[in-house]
Amino acid sequence: MTLLHVDGLAKSFGLVVTARSVSFHVAPGEALGIVGPNGAGKSTLLNLVTGAQPVDAGTIRFDGADITRMPAARRTALGIGRTFQIPRPFEGLTVFENVLVGSTFGAGARRKEADEQAWQALETADLTHLANTPAGSLRLLDRKRLELARALATQPRLLLLDEIAGGLTEHELPALIETISAIRDGGTGVVWIEHIVHALLQVVDRLMCLAQGDVVATGDPREVMASDAVAAVYLGSPDLESDTP
Amino acid sequence: MTVNTRTGPGTLKVVRGGWPSLAGGGVLAAIVVFLAAAPWFVFSPGDVTNLVTLFALIILGTAWNLMAGYGGLVSIGQQAFIGAGGYGVIKLADVVGLPIPLAVVAAGAVCALLALPTSFLLFRLVGGYFAIGTWVVAEVFKLVTQELPGFGGGSGLSLTAFQGVDRVTRIATVYYLALALAVLVVLATYVLMRSRIGLGLTAIRDDKVAAASLGVAVRRSQRIVYVAASGGAGLAGALIAVNGLRVSPDSMFSVQYTAFMIFIVVIGGLGTIEGPILGAVIFFALQQLLDSYGTWYLVALGAVAIAVVLLAPRGLWGLAARGRYEIFPVGHTVRPPT
Repeated sequence: MTLLHVDGLAKSFGLVVTARSVSFHVAPGEALGIVGPNGAGKSTLLNLVTGAQPVDAGTIRFDGADITRMPAARRTALGIGRTFQIPRPFEGLTVFENVLVGSTFGAGARRKEADEQAWQALETADLTHLANTPAGSLRLLDRKRLELARALATQPRLLLLDEIAGGLTEHELPALIETISAIRDGGTGVVWIEHIVHALLQVVDRLMCLAQGDVVATGDPREVMASDAVAAVYLGSPDLESDTP
Repeated sequence: MTVNTRTGPGTLKVVRGGWPSLAGGGVLAAIVVFLAAAPWFVFSPGDVTNLVTLFALIILGTAWNLMAGYGGLVSIGQQAFIGAGGYGVIKLADVVGLPIPLAVVAAGAVCALLALPTSFLLFRLVGGYFAIGTWVVAEVFKLVTQELPGFGGGSGLSLTAFQGVDRVTRIATVYYLALALAVLVVLATYVLMRSRIGLGLTAIRDDKVAAASLGVAVRRSQRIVYVAASGGAGLAGALIAVNGLRVSPDSMFSVQYTAFMIFIVVIGGLGTIEGPILGAVIFFALQQLLDSYGTWYLVALGAVAIAVVLLAPRGLWGLAARGRYEIFPVGHTVRPPT
């Protein structure tokens, strides 16, 4: 069974191609990692899947339904949650209220139920001690946690993480890895874009490498990282003609 | 999806407001009671007529703030609905024959209805283009009004429904109507902002993209506030018309109203319920104090606006409350389960 099925997705900004013909799929309880150099089109891919930007071509199917042209808010209601690479907290609201937006609108919960779901998400992201703090005053680690908590409060069946570990220190990583693994093990599909490869490899079941809008390699995480094509993307190719497999 | 286990089910408490808010609300209620009693022993008829202007400004500021401060829709063309409300109330009172209070409310409703199709046109534009578009719509409203038969062309209309009513009764009717509507508009805004829609609007105010990613229907919420704010502008326009007894295209569709609304909201505090009320009072006081100084009055307004933007970027209410105090409690405070 497939939860997310992306087929032939294309997106260009003028002459810059950020997705040429990208296809991939994610099953419930499966974690797909995405790596690639800066400008490979990783964040754009999330924007296309969540509906933050319209696609030029291709289809996106979620749980069997075509959502290619569906507005972002409705995709969230269907069960697609995301975090932003650069955190985008509602700075004038408290941490709890930020998360409450997710449980109220994303999960469609009412009053008491919305409060409870928001609190649960804060517990998962380890943010309960800051619940009444204005989100604008959070430091980076807590902003990242808030991104995760808000996305979780929407009760996602598919969670898209955009460099959630970026900027965290080595000793902050294990807790995050454990949290994401637990979410995946609970049956949620996870797509995780990350530069910190060793963190990614501890969680993901499959790995996809993107470069300049193309899928360079996809499959078993360690095999993908060891492949010549991926090495060529990061380190340059000894033979300039063969950058794709 | 399963998440970490919870501690102590059902003991989570979310508190909204408390005694400081109740105390603030009590002070406001006392001011309203004072204003309701005042015409009989404090103010002259001239003052009473002036105060109607203050109540109209409170409505205008509150409505513009709802749309721009919360909805992120910076319109510079709400004079379209101020004018439509002004002309509308005169037609509804003089031609249809509605009693004045009903005509004023109906004029506001007509403006909200007019705003709905207008929104489908304007919402195709974003940011600065939206702002300019709203002004164009206001000019179109003005030109159409001038050209329509029976609307008095360039010289406008006079209200005749009050003919034969003695001056004191007329002034009292308009005064109490304006006071009641100002209170109602502020309370309605409070109820809206405390609701689910209000939470979504506040999220839109801070970050539209993030709000959409969490499931907030940004477009629909914006349409709701645009329609509501236009109804509010229409109510204010209708009050200005029945207070002044006449309307003309140049005065009712003046872009100056937009300058006043922005001043009121920015001085008071954008994106708060209390801010526009405070801003309207300050603007009104400056207007009364500096009335006799001619153009210096505009210079003073500009100086005050610059000073506030530089020294209190969140407005005077933001400076005073520091984001911690609300008379109208829309925030949530969590008492964690123990």
